[in-house]
Amino acid sequence: MGCEGVARFWREIPQRYNFIGNKCGSCKRIFFPPRESCPYCRRKSMGNMKEIKLNGKGEIVTYTIIHVSSEDFEDQVPYPIAIVKLDEGPQITAQIVDCNIDDVKIGMKVESTFRKIRQDGSTGAIYYGYKFKKVNKQ
Amino acid sequence: MRDVAVIGVGMTKFGELWDKSFRQLIAEAGAKAIFDSGIEGKEIDAIYVGSMSSGRFVGQEHVGALVADASGFSNTHIPSTRIESACASGGLAIRQGYLSIASGMNDIVVVGGMEKMNDVVGASATETLATAADQEWEAFFGATFPGLYAMIATKHMHDYGTTKKHLAQIAVKNHANGSLNPYAQYQREVTLEQVVNASIVAYPLGLLDCSPVTDGAASVVLCAADKAKEYIDKPAKIVGSGQASDSLALHARREICTLDSTVNASKMAYKKANLTPKDIDFAEVHDCFTIAEICAIEDLGFVKKGEGGKAIDNNITTLNGLLPINTSGGLKAKGHPVGATGVAQIVEVTLQLRGEAEKRQVKDAKIGLAHNVGGSGASCTVHILEAM
Amino acid sequence: MDKIGIVSYGANIPRWRIKTEDIASVWGKDGKTISKGLGINEKSVPSMDQDTATISVEATRAALKRCSINPQDIGAIYIGSESHPYAVKPTGTIVGEAIGATPDLMVADYEFACKAGTAAIQSCCALVKAGMIKYGLAVGADTSQAAPGDALEYSASAGGAAFIIGSENVVANINHTYSCTSDTPDFWRRAQRKYPAHGGRFTGAPAYFKHITHCSTNLMNIAKTKPEEYDYAIFHQPNGKFPVSIARKLGFTHDQIKQGLIVPYIGNTYSGASLVGLASVLDVAKPGDRIFLTSYGSGAGSDGFDLSVTEKMNDLSRENAPSVFQMVEDKEYIDYGTYAKVTDLLYWE
Repeated sequence: MGCEGVARFWREIPQRYNFIGNKCGSCKRIFFPPRESCPYCRRKSMGNMKEIKLNGKGEIVTYTIIHVSSEDFEDQVPYPIAIVKLDEGPQITAQIVDCNIDDVKIGMKVESTFRKIRQDGSTGAIYYGYKFKKVNKQ
Repeated sequence: MRDVAVIGVGMTKFGELWDKSFRQLIAEAGAKAIFDSGIEGKEIDAIYVGSMSSGRFVGQEHVGALVADASGFSNTHIPSTRIESACASGGLAIRQGYLSIASGMNDIVVVGGMEKMNDVVGASATETLATAADQEWEAFFGATFPGLYAMIATKHMHDYGTTKKHLAQIAVKNHANGSLNPYAQYQREVTLEQVVNASIVAYPLGLLDCSPVTDGAASVVLCAADKAKEYIDKPAKIVGSGQASDSLALHARREICTLDSTVNASKMAYKKANLTPKDIDFAEVHDCFTIAEICAIEDLGFVKKGEGGKAIDNNITTLNGLLPINTSGGLKAKGHPVGATGVAQIVEVTLQLRGEAEKRQVKDAKIGLAHNVGGSGASCTVHILEAM
Repeated sequence: MDKIGIVSYGANIPRWRIKTEDIASVWGKDGKTISKGLGINEKSVPSMDQDTATISVEATRAALKRCSINPQDIGAIYIGSESHPYAVKPTGTIVGEAIGATPDLMVADYEFACKAGTAAIQSCCALVKAGMIKYGLAVGADTSQAAPGDALEYSASAGGAAFIIGSENVVANINHTYSCTSDTPDFWRRAQRKYPAHGGRFTGAPAYFKHITHCSTNLMNIAKTKPEEYDYAIFHQPNGKFPVSIARKLGFTHDQIKQGLIVPYIGNTYSGASLVGLASVLDVAKPGDRIFLTSYGSGAGSDGFDLSVTEKMNDLSRENAPSVFQMVEDKEYIDYGTYAKVTDLLYWE
């Protein structure tokens, strides 16, 4: 890992920080991450995909607890990873934090939280983005 | 379109092959297949090789040419093409070889598949395997490759009542089969307790639910079917071939527990073969994780969706069952050198159809199926073979 | 034009806690005595995925949830911290992007030991007053460092608070602010050193007490106020003893400082310390309440503020984000081993 990955992360910042997806102008389906074209409308959607900010809330569709991770995440095991269905429809993969591992369940309501996701060693860039936590009843 | 047959098979032993290099492995498997077929080197029109990630595993790309060179064909200058589709690289290489003969372009091709995974350390292998997942939207956030299949398993357990015991029984079965296969990485049986109590890799999958990190290579010689018997007595005809794709990320699929790439590739293969799932006598399916075998037998149409777990309860898929699955030991016990796997499946199916599978021979094996998946289901090939 | 002041606020405190006694037992010390001596029962610890940038973003997002301002109207962001994730590369850029305030704004990171956050508030006030910006965002946040075994290990913690400063819909007017500064080396961290060093008892009388006393006294002179005119008072809180002691010396009662005294439950959040206290006061303050705050930053200096809560406080949707005390209660204990791992005390190659 060095500095060569910086641009690759930087161009995804709108998605990783702020859930910027897009919406097909033709069928109104919402996509996250944003797509160049809508797989349902294809040609009709070209040039007709509109940026939309998702609210970062959703529900756990399925999950796992990672015990053996890649090197970048070794200090965090065991940690939950889930597929989250966002309120607007798209599904994404993200870490679940701020809860006991045993509390993670299919159907659990979650909301996004801004966290450090990984870093290029101790000298490289730090990459931030979304993780999810259980929605607090207030 | 011409019919195509397998006229030669060969593979290295699968395992941690410390003293064998990447190029030695493929040269060995290729030579075995060529000797088995009885063809002359000069009869080979082309080479197709599947390799998932030679660049990350051994720092070597450009392996099409390397394989031709290592196998002694640098002076014949034949076309040699490397195919990559993650863990389905081998299956895709088979299909490319098949298509090149079916189209009439080639008469005889050698197809190989290989991976040398133990030249990097474990964590690095885990990371490389995760490149089969969506790097930006899955792996970046800490999802591992076992983690993706674990999420399929969690959902399957939630939706269909599949249990950790069901998963474990698949490992037990495939290890039992592997114990009968001299080429398998694990030629030993495991107990249900060992599988269930193994350390967790990604809940609910334990260490023994996962296929291992493996070095190995496999190769087959394909030939136009009308010429096959000029070379060997018992060719195996490829009667169906299908390939399909799906979204790279698991989360973007229509349904988490259904691999639509398997559904579509198998439909294509069944249609070409004019067969139905009921006609299949045995199958090699992609069990990179135990849950993957459950999904595979469902998505290939052998059992209804959700009943993959029960099939193992009823001993349907054991060696002596109605539909033996993974007689070779599968990826689980035979080992999973990713690029080699799809080709090694064809080796096993061919041996079964020839009646040469020794202690693990399926009785009256006439029609066999091979199912090879890339990533968590973003690509898939299905091949159906019939004894000629 | 309305007076300039706080338009909204938010805080963030990591969930993990370690008990003073658990740290003490590792070093063979009597935890109960230390806990009592410092007035700290436990401290917050950031998980490995939390740092000053994430705490600043979460605190600011909480502030934005409580009001209805457009982040694009924020013209300046100043983040005060002594644990910016990068030595060079501003935390404020990360915060600006994450709250949707980019690209038309000014940003800089501040450092003045534990008072960089209050310095940020003053800068925002000045810019609003000068008409250069509509709103300014000031954050004080830290994931404080302390060398293993050092006295600071019992207090150095993680948390922060964010304040949107403006002149419209102000919920707390900043009536007066006053600062004092001197060259007093009571606590420092040399460039490229991991842990701070300090002058031991020198951090007391000639440093913390002298500056806060000077600043507070002058501020009350300017404001023509007396301690009893304030409903709440907040002082920098490096431990549970100093703020209680300075409050008494200046003539404030324990009731006045109670709501803003958070250090016993979460430790010293450095740049966040007095500001998390202010956020806690704003969680409960009513229109008409008067608030006194004096920060302290080693090195050394103090910033004092005299605030009045306005009627607009009733319109602020304070319930849209958790209160400081809700975050204090939402906790999970970790042991020293985990603490050592997440705070990078364990060092290997």
